[in-house]
Amino acid sequence: MKATVHVMLKTGVLDPQGEAVRHALGALGFEGVQGVRQGKVIELDLAEGTSEADVTAMCEKLLANTVIESYRVDLS
Amino acid sequence: MKAAVVVFPGSNCDRDLAVAFEAAGADVEMVWHKDTELPGGVDIVGVPGGFSFGDYLRCGAIAANSPICQAVKAHATRGGYVLGICNGFQVLTETGILPGALLRNAGLKYICKTVALQVETSQSIYTERYNAGDVIDIPIAHHDGNYFADAATLDSLHGEERVAFTYADNPNGSMDDIAGILSQNRRVLGMMPHPERAADSGHGGTDGQALFRAVASQLTDA
Repeated sequence: MKATVHVMLKTGVLDPQGEAVRHALGALGFEGVQGVRQGKVIELDLAEGTSEADVTAMCEKLLANTVIESYRVDLS
Repeated sequence: MKAAVVVFPGSNCDRDLAVAFEAAGADVEMVWHKDTELPGGVDIVGVPGGFSFGDYLRCGAIAANSPICQAVKAHATRGGYVLGICNGFQVLTETGILPGALLRNAGLKYICKTVALQVETSQSIYTERYNAGDVIDIPIAHHDGNYFADAATLDSLHGEERVAFTYADNPNGSMDDIAGILSQNRRVLGMMPHPERAADSGHGGTDGQALFRAVASQLTDA
């Protein structure tokens, strides 16, 4: 089974990388990009029977820093 | 006084930090990240600058979960002294020993230069040889030094006078110009600037020397 963890900076936390991407898109002539937030996607290859609670614990302990980041887990 | 300096794969200021402690009169023992215990009789743990584990995932995140950091956390919980510099500060926030987090610099660039720091409190063993309001020149060298904390945390840092140093001219977007903070018991200091790089006349500046000398004299008398 696989889990996909999406980690994003929380709303209100400055994302200078996203801002730089927004500026670069504007410079390329793409108009109307009002905001860019950059995050990361972490794919986990898991043994059968790994619970969603286990993945949540992984997020809380290591994969995300909940002071600044939020996360979402998709299991498939 | 005995200091332990933690070494992670990718640490690069560990020896500089050890030299600064030794020059102030401390006995220093280096400890490897896989060690599970600190050497006996350690008064202060130094968590050095560098790029522990290549800054993978987040700066300091993997180091914060290494075996030695469990021992460092226990040492801090017991009321032990810990000094985290640069990547060491990032590690201390990742362990939760200090509040907040260090984000990518607002200007996105790695910054390596000497900056003016204002001492905000002399009420700690680290800053007691400075006066609040003193401006000292200390080098910074970081890509992720932009201090972030929520409003409640900032309020308590200010209210308890736990901001140790601020930038005179904020280089990285840190909230409230914060460059270094103390723990609630004032025994843990985390700071992005490098006092160990301004601790010998050969460095081109010696404004960091007072920090190490103060620590050594306080912990030797203890």
